[in-house]
Amino acid sequence: MHNKTLAELSAALQQSEVSSEELTRHLLQRIQSLDGKLNALVTVTEEHALAQARQADALRQAGNAGPMTGLPLIHKDIFCTDGVKTSCGSKMLDNFIAPYDATIVAKCKAAGMVMLGKSNMDEFAMGSSNETSFYGPVHNPWDLDAVPGGSSGGSAAAVAARLSPVATGTDTGGSIRQPAALCGVTGLKPTYGRVSRYGMIAFASSLDQAGPMTRSAEDAAMMLNVMAGFDERDSTSVEKAVPDYTQTLNDSLKGLKIGLPKEYFGEGMDQAVIDVINTAIKQYQELGAEVIEISLPNFALAVPAYYVVAPAECSSNLSRFDGVRFGYRCENPKDLQDFYERSRGEGFGAEVKRRIMIGTYALSAGYYDAYYLKAQKLRRLISDDFHKAFEQVDVIMSATAPTVAFKLGEKTDDPVTMYLSDINTIAVNLAGLPGMSIPAGFVNGLPVGLQIIGNYFDEQRLLNVAHQYQQVTQWHQQSPQDFA
Amino acid sequence: MALSKEDVVNIAHLARLAIDAKDIPEYEKNLSNILALVEQMSQVDTTQVEPMAHPLDAVQRLRPDEVTETDQREHFQSIAPATENGLYLVPKVIE
Amino acid sequence: MEWEPVIGLEIHVQLLTNSKIFSGASIAYGAPPNTQACAVDLGLPGVLPVLNKEVVRMAVKFGLAIGAKVSTRSIFARKNYFYPDLPKGYQISQYELPIVEHGHLDIELEDGTVKRIGVTRAHLEEDAGKSLHEDFHGLTGIDLNRAGTPLLEVVSEPDLRSAKEAVAYMKKMHSLVQYLEICDGNMQEGSFRCDANVSIRPKGQKAFGTRAELKNINSFRFVERAINVEIERQIDILEGGGEVIQETRLYDPDKNETRSMRTKEEANDYRYFPDPDLLPVVIEEGFIEDVKKSLPELPDEKIHRFTQDYGLNAYDASVMVANRDMAEYFDAVAQATGEPKAAANWVMGDLTGALNKSGQEINDSPVTAAMLAGMINRIKDGTLTSKTAKIVFEAMWNGEGEADQIIEAKDLKPISDTGAIEKIIDDIIAANPEQVEQYRSGKEKVFGFFVGQVMKASKGKANPQQVNELLKRKLAG
Repeated sequence: MHNKTLAELSAALQQSEVSSEELTRHLLQRIQSLDGKLNALVTVTEEHALAQARQADALRQAGNAGPMTGLPLIHKDIFCTDGVKTSCGSKMLDNFIAPYDATIVAKCKAAGMVMLGKSNMDEFAMGSSNETSFYGPVHNPWDLDAVPGGSSGGSAAAVAARLSPVATGTDTGGSIRQPAALCGVTGLKPTYGRVSRYGMIAFASSLDQAGPMTRSAEDAAMMLNVMAGFDERDSTSVEKAVPDYTQTLNDSLKGLKIGLPKEYFGEGMDQAVIDVINTAIKQYQELGAEVIEISLPNFALAVPAYYVVAPAECSSNLSRFDGVRFGYRCENPKDLQDFYERSRGEGFGAEVKRRIMIGTYALSAGYYDAYYLKAQKLRRLISDDFHKAFEQVDVIMSATAPTVAFKLGEKTDDPVTMYLSDINTIAVNLAGLPGMSIPAGFVNGLPVGLQIIGNYFDEQRLLNVAHQYQQVTQWHQQSPQDFA
Repeated sequence: MALSKEDVVNIAHLARLAIDAKDIPEYEKNLSNILALVEQMSQVDTTQVEPMAHPLDAVQRLRPDEVTETDQREHFQSIAPATENGLYLVPKVIE
Repeated sequence: MEWEPVIGLEIHVQLLTNSKIFSGASIAYGAPPNTQACAVDLGLPGVLPVLNKEVVRMAVKFGLAIGAKVSTRSIFARKNYFYPDLPKGYQISQYELPIVEHGHLDIELEDGTVKRIGVTRAHLEEDAGKSLHEDFHGLTGIDLNRAGTPLLEVVSEPDLRSAKEAVAYMKKMHSLVQYLEICDGNMQEGSFRCDANVSIRPKGQKAFGTRAELKNINSFRFVERAINVEIERQIDILEGGGEVIQETRLYDPDKNETRSMRTKEEANDYRYFPDPDLLPVVIEEGFIEDVKKSLPELPDEKIHRFTQDYGLNAYDASVMVANRDMAEYFDAVAQATGEPKAAANWVMGDLTGALNKSGQEINDSPVTAAMLAGMINRIKDGTLTSKTAKIVFEAMWNGEGEADQIIEAKDLKPISDTGAIEKIIDDIIAANPEQVEQYRSGKEKVFGFFVGQVMKASKGKANPQQVNELLKRKLAG
């Protein structure tokens, strides 16, 4: 049952082959027996899940079920869930019971979905390996000594290990796509503004975007139908009609123009990974697509620009964690100053502190122009590169990550090396474009992700392009041995 | 630019982050390395480039002036570290 | 040496909206602590701001009223600092591109000349909460009801040269924002607050001296006193060979002195940057045009009209106009009667006197503008004399009805019947032979005595002109 996709489970529920309660119990059972190896979940909401499942079954019996009613999911622990701990992977929020639901959490509830629990993540979504979590690292189901990627590492590992057919994630610099690639699942980061950010604990407000992590493009389309849409509580969400993303999955790819940016196939990329990607591209050509070499000349500047913009925004976004109204508060402060410095110093982990400090520095008097303003200008150049590219092509493809999953602890001592593991995904966030990662093969038994980048609000096409590939390949159906 | 010990201490203070003295050299090294990465930005001439603060070229939507929120003090203060008589408590503020 | 003060004011105008600038919480004053602080105001993790349309409309209205440039594109920025009454650790304000720039306000100086004071900018921002320092076991209590209340910060050019000018500017601004109905002007409740930047320089010198920023000067009286003591303090320092340091100083009204606020000085690197949660505020020309149409007659225009059309003197006009409600009351009475002078006398005289005595505002006056106009019309048509009018006014004030009802009830109609007046005169002449003799022997002053007696006997109802004529004839014998 756990090997079924969301679409298959939806059908099974509709045909009463299984009840939501049975399905929920089965997955809770799997979580209980298997998550000890993965550490993918911070919180399991068993009672909550069973109550929602029973409610879903009752709705179905009354003839009021929709396509998502009774389907289970896991939320990344960055989304506020009313009455449930929302830790953001941090000691700072270890005691934080969110007093409200994030918009996407409310939408999933309204669709009748069942929340199994909250997934582990890099602290405040700052990390590429899920090793910065206060709750310890998540292990990659394909190799328990390897990282699952980050920051949505718990969500990726949970979906890969069949603990849930779907999990939500957030992507600020690759945090959906990179762990999706490293864990062999399908991940979609929508266009900035497509999905509400309300109730999603902000890391970098102008880059953050929520999206689904699933086992197929079809499932991602179903989830995006639930998650997408304008939210009057989010000024940056876009008032734009939401199409039914499942309707266009089967469109033909004949004549599709795929751009291959030469910069994404050069220095720093693992050749074995490139080989896998080239094979996938060939597959697309067989499906009728045309391949065009393009250039994104400012590619190399995306990481430097990102590591100014994201820390600058985070340094300010994380100022609200001060121990006054919620969250961690230090013991016996000697005065107000000490209260602030120790509550924050003790509540945040090392990587979060580093980024707050970089951001603080980049915004401080005398450095603003050289760092922050410069980065915003580069952001424009990087974005313009994409605009030009999309005049020529429909989608852009590359490897999602330069390598397959690396070993736990391998990069933790060197932040800069860690940052460079996001080199392929970061530019998409700076430009605000939608991007996906889908399984495209293996290197040394570890999954490789193909990144598909689309034009603004062109999620329909991304999902269509991904789905067509999944109709002729089986990579997305592979499951890690210990979690089959 | 390489940061000095004093820089690290000053930035940590500005950001209200207590840092153990023994960790300062580590921060000094890591932050300097990150800044070295970031400074690759200076390779590009951007004098004619308009800074981009938002990925989308959208404008601010305006909300009607209506009171839509109700009193949820008890609910919100149930998660607060310290309150009394409906107030949040902090160490004495000296003006 | 002769010193010249240089003063600029920063006035925080609390905008008169229903809800907060970025959330749907109420801004009503005086609610129990933290009952009007919603998730957004508390800065809970994950919440986001959405801008209140009314706040933008009010800022535009203000900008148009001071002849300023209204920016069709303005940006909200974050001002970062840590303070317990600032829930997010940053204040959302405007920095590089404020909504209003380059305006001005004219003030009347004591010598009757008009001085134009530049307004550098006015920007929108959110207010912080309040720290309550009463003792909670040595801790401070934080109330965030005020957090997120919309403010328009109006920054003047350093064009003011004395505490008196500063007060005149502040009063004019206070009156203007109430005219525009964008602020209730309530200074006790903090709806209109002022900080002053004060420096001095030798007269004739171009360069500015080092300034001190004065906080907590939230009444017209305190502004004047605080600025004056600060000027004195700076003169003492400079004349003693010392140097003024740039700092924030708190005015203590009890001691009438300013003192340094060290806590506010520390680490004021605010790290402003555009708020990524908010998009550029773009104001269409049509929006500005609509606001322009909604502008009321502004104080200066009103003063002009009152002096030109109603013949009021400049002083009376400016006193009247300083209070919008009073000006409108007066305007209504003047229009309904066609007697602006009489209207002005009654409004500034008896009515203001009665209001002051009862501690009421003109809008709560038991004598409405229509009632006062009704009474003045009865003076105009000769029904009331100045004496009976006072009786009517008092009765109206006491809720005994409108002028005509009172005239009826109190039987105040003039005695127009010549025979009745003649009878009274005859009686008085008969009763006062001595005075009659005096008058007839040339002591014309006594005439006044007879008039008074007749008016008294007629309870003020006799027409004075008629009384004069008849008396003259009868006394002549």
